[in-house]
Amino acid sequence: MAAGGRRREQGVSAAPQLKVADLTKAFGGLLAVNQISFDVRRGEILGLLGPNGSGKTTLLNLVSGAMLPTRGTVSLDGRVLTGLAPHRIARAGVSRTFQLVRMLPSLSALENVMVGAVFGPGRVWGGEAEAIGRALLERVGLAGRESLHPAAMTYIDQKRVELARALAGDPQVLLLDEWLAGLNPTELQTGIALIESLHAEGRTVVMVEHVMDAIRSLCDRCVVMNAGAKLAEGTAEEVLSNPEVIRAYLGDEHA
Amino acid sequence: MIFSMQRREVATMAAAAAALAVLAGLPLADDGFWLALGISIASYVAMATAWALFSGPTNYVSLATAAFFGSGAYVVSALAESAPWPVILIAAAAVGALLAFAVGVATLRLSGVHFVIFTFGLAELIRQLVTWYQTTVTGSVGRYIFVEISAAQIYWQLLALCGLTFFIGWAIARSRLGFALRVIGDDETVAAHSGINTAQCKVLLFCISGTLIALVGAVMAPRFTYIEPSIAYGSMVSFQVVIMALLGGARRLWGPLVGVLPFTLLYELISGRFPNHTHLLLGIAFLLIVYFVPQGVSGLLVKAWNRMPWRRAAAAGSKA
Ligand SMILES: Nc1ncnc2c1ncn2[C@@H]1O[C@H](COP(=O)(O)OP(=O)(O)O)[C@@H](O)[C@H]1O
Ligand SMILES: [Mg+2]
Repeated sequence: MAAGGRRREQGVSAAPQLKVADLTKAFGGLLAVNQISFDVRRGEILGLLGPNGSGKTTLLNLVSGAMLPTRGTVSLDGRVLTGLAPHRIARAGVSRTFQLVRMLPSLSALENVMVGAVFGPGRVWGGEAEAIGRALLERVGLAGRESLHPAAMTYIDQKRVELARALAGDPQVLLLDEWLAGLNPTELQTGIALIESLHAEGRTVVMVEHVMDAIRSLCDRCVVMNAGAKLAEGTAEEVLSNPEVIRAYLGDEHA
Repeated sequence: MIFSMQRREVATMAAAAAALAVLAGLPLADDGFWLALGISIASYVAMATAWALFSGPTNYVSLATAAFFGSGAYVVSALAESAPWPVILIAAAAVGALLAFAVGVATLRLSGVHFVIFTFGLAELIRQLVTWYQTTVTGSVGRYIFVEISAAQIYWQLLALCGLTFFIGWAIARSRLGFALRVIGDDETVAAHSGINTAQCKVLLFCISGTLIALVGAVMAPRFTYIEPSIAYGSMVSFQVVIMALLGGARRLWGPLVGVLPFTLLYELISGRFPNHTHLLLGIAFLLIVYFVPQGVSGLLVKAWNRMPWRRAAAAGSKA
């Protein structure tokens, strides 16, 4: 990838890159995330599934440093991230998108993307940052819209810009919070292909997702959450045919 | 596009330098009313621009201007007899920077409204501390300042400070820090998650702003001849700077400049015609400004400029 610089080995390695251990977050009496542990291997796409309110976004918030856990740790390549400020975690190579897209309204699309390159782990500046921004806008299908401002863009295009921004720092781990939600069938195919291309370049991805087609075609493994706790872990086929998972998603009468 | 220095920027700089050179001639033409007015305007331009360096991008309204201004003035009163002028200025800058650093670190976790109140309280607190120190240690509240310096020299130094402030603002806008500030102003969460140390950026900027304001206080100190805390730390200066910067528009480097001019004239008019109701009328004027000109005069000017026929033609041409 032009923007990446660093090329990664193809495929999934055995060593865990991101380790989530006993992660717990209580909001008052509510255990939004309850003793969750799992590993993500380098180059793997891990799906994070679960009904609404099961704690997926909170879990991403704990990984990205937006919130401090009540208990437990997150580590990247053996280095504990928990307790670090979000900007340190970002510089360590973890970047994210937000469930409700967050654009920088006074910046153009290109500048929005450049933010990731300038301040992320890559920390480039000048023409180099601009080149990365242009290359990534093209990659997410927004070539020619560099100078548009978010207010003039559709929600979907804003999501593309946000993904490009998250990629611009050349992160080790990418956290996507329902990035495919709200796309029409054509856009969904493009979106899936895009994430597939991240996989192909060996990037590690944790994606919160509800779209079953995307989960089946993209995720190497899945973790399913329910009411804060881990309900199941395994391949997409395994977890989606797990009766407990079906019950959690659809209610008791379907199990 | 935000990196390379454009021809337009070079032209702007040349024009600014020429304007400063012309303005520097003022004391040759008059050393009475107009020079006094020039000193007043130059000091407010420097302070309002320095204020907006921090408050424009962060949207944090600081009422600590009086604290920096007063501390700069007090450094002069303390060192006037014992140190040469350049050393005094360096000391004033250092005091401003340290004070801003301490306040910045202490207020990092405060949200907007709390920040306003904290900075206002800070100026009052420092005033009380200085008063207490002077009454208990030195035995008198006031101090005389004897510095061999003419009004023209004060004016020139203020002009130089204006130039320095604009140059710093311009340099910041081209730097990583400037880019970070735009991101922080838009969405602090995104800023942090993109790798920006938001706290460091804000403290750094507050230090730059506070240093410049303390320098204005130091340069202005000899004008007072006699200072006491209620003069040096008078809270009016904090409010006036806020009003001027907002009137002009705090989001553009040249915004405060175009705010200072109408405000100073308005102030002259109101305080001349209605001396008993000056503050009331200023308050009303302030409310009207915030309500009807939220982008400031500079915002109106930019809008009007973009509506000019030749601008429209240019925009249409670039689209085609
Ligand atoms: N900042 C917060 N304060 C209090 N409760 C929260 C907060 N964020 C999330 N929650 C609660 O935690 C639970 C999990 O929410 P969330 O992580 O957003 O779920 P999901 O992303 O799986 O839909 C919900 O009950 C939600 O109301
Ligand atoms: Mg969610």
